Amino acid sequence: MLPIVQHPAAAKEFVNDPNRSRWHDQALWFVRSKRDKQAASLPEWEYLRETASGIKTHTIANLAHYLQEFERNATARGAVVHWARDADHHNEIVLRILRDHKTKRIVKSKSMLTEECGLNHYLEDNGIDVVDTDLGERIVQLRGETPSHIVLPAIHIKKEEVGDTFHKHLGTDEGASDPKYLAEAARGHLRDKFLAGEIGITGVNFAIAETGGLVVCTNEGNADLGTSLPRVHIACMGIEKLLPRQRDLGVFTRLLARSATGQPITSYTSHFNGPRDENSELHIVLVDNGRSRLRESETFRAAMHCIRCGACMNTCPVYRRSGGHSYRATVPGPIGSVLSPTRDQNSYKSLPYACSLCGSCSDVCPVKIPLHHQLLAWRGELVGKKLLPLSKRLSMRCASYLFRFPALFRLVGKVGRFALRVLPRWATHNRLNVWTIARELPEPPKESFHQWHRRHRNH
Amino acid sequence: MTVALFVPCYIDQLYPDVAIATLELLERLGVDVAYPDGQTCCGQPMANTGCETDTAPVARRLVDLFADFEAVVCPSGSCVSMVRNHYAAYFDPEDAKFQHVTSKTYELCEYLHDVVGVTHLDVKFPHRVSLHQSCHGLRELRLGQSSESMTPRENKVRKLLNLVEGIEWVEPDRPDDCCGFGGTFAVNEADVSAEMGRARIADHCDKGSEVLASADMSCLMHLQGLIRREKNPIQVMHVAQILSGRPLGAA
Amino acid sequence: MMKPTLADTDARQGILDRINTKHVDIPPLPDVDVDRVIQFDEPIDKFVEMLAMVGGQAHQVDSQADVRAQLEEIEVFRTATRIVSLAPESIAGTIDATQIEDPHDLSTVDWTIARGEFMVAENGSIWIDGDTLPHRVLLFIAQYLAIVVPRSQIVSNMHQAYERIENFSARFGVFVSGPSKTADIEQSLVLGAHGCRKLQVLIVGDL
Repeated sequence: MLPIVQHPAAAKEFVNDPNRSRWHDQALWFVRSKRDKQAASLPEWEYLRETASGIKTHTIANLAHYLQEFERNATARGAVVHWARDADHHNEIVLRILRDHKTKRIVKSKSMLTEECGLNHYLEDNGIDVVDTDLGERIVQLRGETPSHIVLPAIHIKKEEVGDTFHKHLGTDEGASDPKYLAEAARGHLRDKFLAGEIGITGVNFAIAETGGLVVCTNEGNADLGTSLPRVHIACMGIEKLLPRQRDLGVFTRLLARSATGQPITSYTSHFNGPRDENSELHIVLVDNGRSRLRESETFRAAMHCIRCGACMNTCPVYRRSGGHSYRATVPGPIGSVLSPTRDQNSYKSLPYACSLCGSCSDVCPVKIPLHHQLLAWRGELVGKKLLPLSKRLSMRCASYLFRFPALFRLVGKVGRFALRVLPRWATHNRLNVWTIARELPEPPKESFHQWHRRHRNH
Repeated sequence: MTVALFVPCYIDQLYPDVAIATLELLERLGVDVAYPDGQTCCGQPMANTGCETDTAPVARRLVDLFADFEAVVCPSGSCVSMVRNHYAAYFDPEDAKFQHVTSKTYELCEYLHDVVGVTHLDVKFPHRVSLHQSCHGLRELRLGQSSESMTPRENKVRKLLNLVEGIEWVEPDRPDDCCGFGGTFAVNEADVSAEMGRARIADHCDKGSEVLASADMSCLMHLQGLIRREKNPIQVMHVAQILSGRPLGAA
Repeated sequence: MMKPTLADTDARQGILDRINTKHVDIPPLPDVDVDRVIQFDEPIDKFVEMLAMVGGQAHQVDSQADVRAQLEEIEVFRTATRIVSLAPESIAGTIDATQIEDPHDLSTVDWTIARGEFMVAENGSIWIDGDTLPHRVLLFIAQYLAIVVPRSQIVSNMHQAYERIENFSARFGVFVSGPSKTADIEQSLVLGAHGCRKLQVLIVGDL
């Protein structure tokens, strides 16, 4: 069983350190602003979102058909398609392929799916050296951390901290923190890893049913370097990554990078149709891991539209202030708070409440997932299963009672306002009243509107 | 045509002048307004916590109370969104009273802009004002265009305030970042909520705004609590207060 | 080659069964109406602008004969010794990549001159067909990349781009937009991550 995540407690240290939370907030707002500029540059932006949402709705509804079509076409192109029921099964399949090739050294490009499955740990436990080749992922790997963002894995780390890590592991100059210098050092370090890699593992951005092809998008070129040197390429993907037709990519390649980083497209949008040549292998692992169950829910099915652009994180005012690690989940932020409880409701029950319901995520999402409505819906589900603390449920029961009886409501209001006026400050502004930890209480008026109305407008 | 004034629970108890200003404004514009007795709350605190069974009877009461009026007007975008966008979960879709109330409940600015069609207001407010756009007004009621959305929409709140003489607009860097109130969120996630609020206040203060105006008093209750604690040089006012000609400092 | 086992076959059936058990109404698959999508009157100008934005450099030359002179203006080209050219009619290389069997042997290549099929104006990208590459690693392993592309071959947007490659049959193809880059350290943009450090695009009039 997973430990229970209490988001407010997990976020506390980060949010209360202005050097951390304000810096983090600014960095992500900068990314969102770039996204806004790119979105605004296309008059058809909202039309593209609408179309993307329609394509995904269609595909997820007809998923069994498209999965089989994809399998058929990928196999015809010489790929081997594997089906994994869950994370463990996925990891076993990957390990079997590695053992079959007697491989010890893996170069891996970014894949949130392998993060979700905990592949790195599993392989390391089995004596295999896995090198994450995305710079941000390599930074968190060297630091023994996990990514805090699905597109910007090291967004929570300052350049001075990267400098320390690289000094320790790559031998860069002590105290050096210039990003250009550090990135150059990583380039040299990872070139050697690429040349020594025996198998390349990548994630998948899109899989095309009608061609059996895969599309991988990167800026660094690491997925390409990692798959064009070794003879074996393993591509791991969730079953929701499918698109029916190659031309559907026109819609998604226009939305993905613009939403993710505010670029018009990623530096490399690579199309893999089968293995590299007759002497090479391409293994595609299709992973369910709860997705087919998520598909059964009318309320949450649309979360399967997600193309992992991270825009909802960049725009989320809670994520920006609390940092990705506060969610204690592979996918943090709004989409993570929808997906995580589908895996384990009890562990992740605080995440749907780590949201002010501002709705910015729903407006920014390129595939129109109604994220803030799904987060609200989750709250109803959690209360229905009695997973909300009793004290909170009872306070809402009391509030409901109060609001059903206007005379009682008015009496309680009157007493409350009177108490606020006459009680000494220490009695109302203390640690027990969470509202007043950072804020003053409103100054209570002598009469309510109801009382005023009786005096002035009573007929 | 008689319009019912819906005064949200916290405005009734803590910010009566916002309701008075709303009433006076509607009356001055010739709207026949009634204030039905027995009002409490729309049920949003329970609904946003996920306590659906606690929400249903409160929602039922509200619908019954307002069913006989031709329209309902409320000076709070969040409560209106609750009635319009979230009540369906608690009613039979065929319920005629529900259908009527959910479709005829308006946020104040929306009502003034769309139904009354106000083009003139004889009031002055010679101050530097910045607008805090509440999330539910913006993204649930579409009172304006949210900064993420590329669908052009006119800003109804700003358009109304532009009828007031003397307002000098001050623009924050982030036009619609959430202030962090979020109902029970303000207490559940108190640290994050306060940090979000402080960031909004700093943004508005830095640009030299004297008055942080909003059509949602709940956001302002939270921001005012922070402003008073930190002694920031800015005040909050509800848009209804400015539109009805209240001087600076009414809230 | 490792093939799926019986347990894997069970997983396949289990996943498909689970999906098939829950019927979901299938709405029609939407198509993009090209009339609702941005087009540019001067697509080359837009391409050049976007390529600069993504960190690449465009050079417009009238004829193939000008390609070498154009590249010679770049210091790191003048001093380069290991050059693979996949566009020999425009410029000759110093290494014949077709004679190399193991892609690892290309690790010291300074420049790759690749052939682009067409440009996409909206994002400054160029489509490269994998069949033009004796080793696909050439695009990524060279320190510097230049792409030679005919001036007449340009589309406005990605919808038109995918229309053009509707039936591409190569095992690999890639849209390249600018040099490799990263912003993983404090969002500071650094050009030259794992792939090429810089990208030159030669837009040739008579190709």
